[in-house]
Amino acid sequence: MPVLPFARGVSLRSPWWRRLPLLALLLLVPAVAAAQTYPQSTLIPKGDFADLVDGVFWTTMWWGLLVFVLVEGALLFVIFRYRGRPDDPEPEQVHGNTMAEILWTAIPAVILAMIAVPTVRAIFKTYEQPTGDILKVEVVGHQWWWEFRYPELGLTTANELHVPRGKAVSLKMTTTDVLHSWWSPQFAAKRDVFPNRSTTLWFSARETGNWSGQCAEFCGIQHGRMGFRVIVDEPAEYDRFIGTLRASAAPPVRADSTGLQVTKLGAQAPGVAPDPLLAEGEKLFTNKGCIGCHSLNAAKPVGIGPNLAGIGSRTYLAAGWLENTDANLARWIREPQAVKEGVLMPNLGVTEPEAKALVAYLRSHK
Amino acid sequence: MATSVLGQAGTAAATAHHEQTGLWSWLTTVDHKRIGVMYGASAFLFFLIGGLEALLIRWQLAKPDNNFLSPEAYNQLFTMHGTTMIFLGVMPMSAMFFNYMIPLHIGARDVAFPRLNAFSLWVFLLGGIFLNASFLLGAAPDGGWFGYANLSSKQYSPGLNMDFWAMGLQILGIASLAAGVNFFVTILNMRAPGMKLMRMPMFVWASFITQLLILLSFPVITVALIFLMFDRLFGTNFFTPATGGDPMLWQHLFWIFGHPEVYILILPSFGIISEIMPVFSRKPLFGYSAMVFATAFIAFLGFGVWSHHMFSTGMGPFADTFFSLATMLIAIPTGVKIFNWLGTAWGGSIQMKTPMYFALGFLAMFTMGGISGVMHSAAPADLQQTDSYFVVAHFHYVLFGGAIFALTAGAYYWWPKMFGHMLDEGIGKLHFWLMFIAFNLTFFPMHIVGLHGMPRRVYTYPAGLGFEVWNQIETVGALLLGLSQLVFMWNWWVSARKATPAPADPWGGATLEWAIPSPPQVFNFGEVPTVASREPLWDWRRAAGGKLPEPPRVSGAGIHLPPNSFWPLLAAFGVTFIFISFMLMARFGPWPMIASASLLFLSIFNWAFEPTH
Repeated sequence: MPVLPFARGVSLRSPWWRRLPLLALLLLVPAVAAAQTYPQSTLIPKGDFADLVDGVFWTTMWWGLLVFVLVEGALLFVIFRYRGRPDDPEPEQVHGNTMAEILWTAIPAVILAMIAVPTVRAIFKTYEQPTGDILKVEVVGHQWWWEFRYPELGLTTANELHVPRGKAVSLKMTTTDVLHSWWSPQFAAKRDVFPNRSTTLWFSARETGNWSGQCAEFCGIQHGRMGFRVIVDEPAEYDRFIGTLRASAAPPVRADSTGLQVTKLGAQAPGVAPDPLLAEGEKLFTNKGCIGCHSLNAAKPVGIGPNLAGIGSRTYLAAGWLENTDANLARWIREPQAVKEGVLMPNLGVTEPEAKALVAYLRSHK
Repeated sequence: MATSVLGQAGTAAATAHHEQTGLWSWLTTVDHKRIGVMYGASAFLFFLIGGLEALLIRWQLAKPDNNFLSPEAYNQLFTMHGTTMIFLGVMPMSAMFFNYMIPLHIGARDVAFPRLNAFSLWVFLLGGIFLNASFLLGAAPDGGWFGYANLSSKQYSPGLNMDFWAMGLQILGIASLAAGVNFFVTILNMRAPGMKLMRMPMFVWASFITQLLILLSFPVITVALIFLMFDRLFGTNFFTPATGGDPMLWQHLFWIFGHPEVYILILPSFGIISEIMPVFSRKPLFGYSAMVFATAFIAFLGFGVWSHHMFSTGMGPFADTFFSLATMLIAIPTGVKIFNWLGTAWGGSIQMKTPMYFALGFLAMFTMGGISGVMHSAAPADLQQTDSYFVVAHFHYVLFGGAIFALTAGAYYWWPKMFGHMLDEGIGKLHFWLMFIAFNLTFFPMHIVGLHGMPRRVYTYPAGLGFEVWNQIETVGALLLGLSQLVFMWNWWVSARKATPAPADPWGGATLEWAIPSPPQVFNFGEVPTVASREPLWDWRRAAGGKLPEPPRVSGAGIHLPPNSFWPLLAAFGVTFIFISFMLMARFGPWPMIASASLLFLSIFNWAFEPTH
């Protein structure tokens, strides 16, 4: 058998400096970890529900770490201390030790009790819906996007949930097709949604910003691209957002030649000539069939596709992951199947100039 | 009855047993050792296929927004990776050791139902081939190994993909159930004189309890799969919400099977480790009775924790509390096992041979998997962790760091017995270190990305979430992990060429298999031994005042062995064709089904009336 330098190099009997590469590898972990930022982390809670969960996590983490150090330490000790040679005399034949066995049954039981008590306490808290001055939100999962409804306001939006900072939000959740799971790591952990029942969750966000979340239950071909955003606003900013949705619901109506009342163009200041590009986009929105699945009216959701009221000022497209730039929006309109393969929006044969008009038109909805 | 005739009591008409050769002898064999080898070879092949699927997955995830794989291809690969590793990799690798080692451990000449044993092997092999044949149609299962309703319905999965899955798992379930009955009866009825239950090797105990789990849990998944099959093929509505069906029903049925399944995967490995630790510490297993009861207790609790897979469904505070506490409770008997293994080595004279390397690696890695398991037994914490990469890390520490390390330890330990030559120690240790380091490189970072918000089963992830570097490290680790399996196979080749003959007892073993020549003769024991303790070989060695003489190869004339049979293989084809016929029914009507059922009936009829003398 040829001598294998590697196998000898890391054997347990080799001097400690032979094992340096291994140690360096272990140190790499914290070094790499420190160099990253984690905007979707469960370990950086930004809301009360997530805080509650975080507390339980660290309880399990510290006890787990203690057990890890003790057991792996004992293992290493045994390996180095009791290493024998083939010609060593037979060691003492011990069959067991009742005292030791009682101890290592009892001590883990005590540790588990230390974990169990805060766990059970937290379990009951996770099911206590907030009351009083709360914001009710309905979450509806769709293949592969999220619908958010404000039932008290009669308004609907999609993929970007705006909530005011500090307000208790109560979520009631369901789905129109298959199972999904609404995972908002910073605020509310996750809850599955079912087609024939509703589930609940709650949170109150303590930091403004634009936070990402994602579907966590496998739901078909585009499960990987079923994200969403939770946008935490200062109350005034939140009111402005709701104002946009309200405005989409009550546009000054201008009937076009076909008699369809679909427009928001009339919202332009009187005396300003209507932009021909916008008018072209408006026409295309109907003629290309967009209107069959998408509503621009936050009070009238069509439901097949995401409601597009306020699309012009959304931060992301295609369910929370594609940045809402004009270029991305045009590409998304022209070839959705290339951007998000298998998505229910078909390629409609929109040309480049048509896409430009549609982008301009959608951009005007903010 | 076979075992009533001892080796030396042959009649004049009896002839000596010779090793059979040729393909036909393998196709018709009913010898548990040959069946074990075939289980092992097919399982390893499927393990390599599942590993290749994993490498493709890792290649896709090596960078954000990657399009190396299409989302559909990715979904098929991760579904088949999980399904393959569980049902075609780890379970049949355990079955290899059940087959080969249970009869040897208990001093029997074969299993209780040798032809049923062959039937199990062939059904498993054909089921595995059937599942993988779906790739040829580009329609591999794509709904996850857990096949959640109602995504698995015809409406949301219109292709053949989930039909392959539902049929394939039913085929494999038949193989597992048949084997479960067989080993259960074998262990209860075929033990050598003197081998009371509490003198059985720990591996036999672990196997026995595993068969119980199989017998009690596989009927549940079978029911669920039949529901699914009827929903998909015949328009029933068990899981269709629009007509009052309930997708939640699937989750309960699946996990009432699925959690015991976890123990079906790991208990045989516990058994292997319980054999290796004493032999290489040269000390008896510490706290044998506690180990037996801990194993039984784990199995019992295993049926009462299924809903910890469902905390995020919002079952309510009382259900969450019950399943959290029941799950935590499992940590106690599992802890007892880990401490007893440490207690076995404590004060021993540890021989650092390759099997021991892998056994100690198992202890170190399985402990980590156990700890992360307790972490998500806490329902609120699990609301973050479930369906994230943290869970992927957890169960790979349990199933790879646990089961695969233990099965590899078992392979190194019993290789000399099975093939009559030693595996190379140097390559073995290289294999261990490469696998150990690569394993941790692959799976440790998954804890980190999981906690930092990376969901499972996503075909890609956006840049900027901090996942990139970790995923790159994981991919490098996975490639090295693949390499470590090549080192394993290189070891087989080198060792087979060198062919250092293995003595009957190369390690100083304690159990009966080391009392007979390596490899064993077809009838195992020339004379059925009588057992007086848990470590019969150590007794005999002490009585002899040193090493035992090499056991001679005997003629075995007069020992009755069941004759070869072709019917189990044919019956297995019948079973497989029946399930294929379900899929063909829409197009070809009842004719394929009638033909398949006739084949099965004919095979069983001939099997039943085949002379066995």
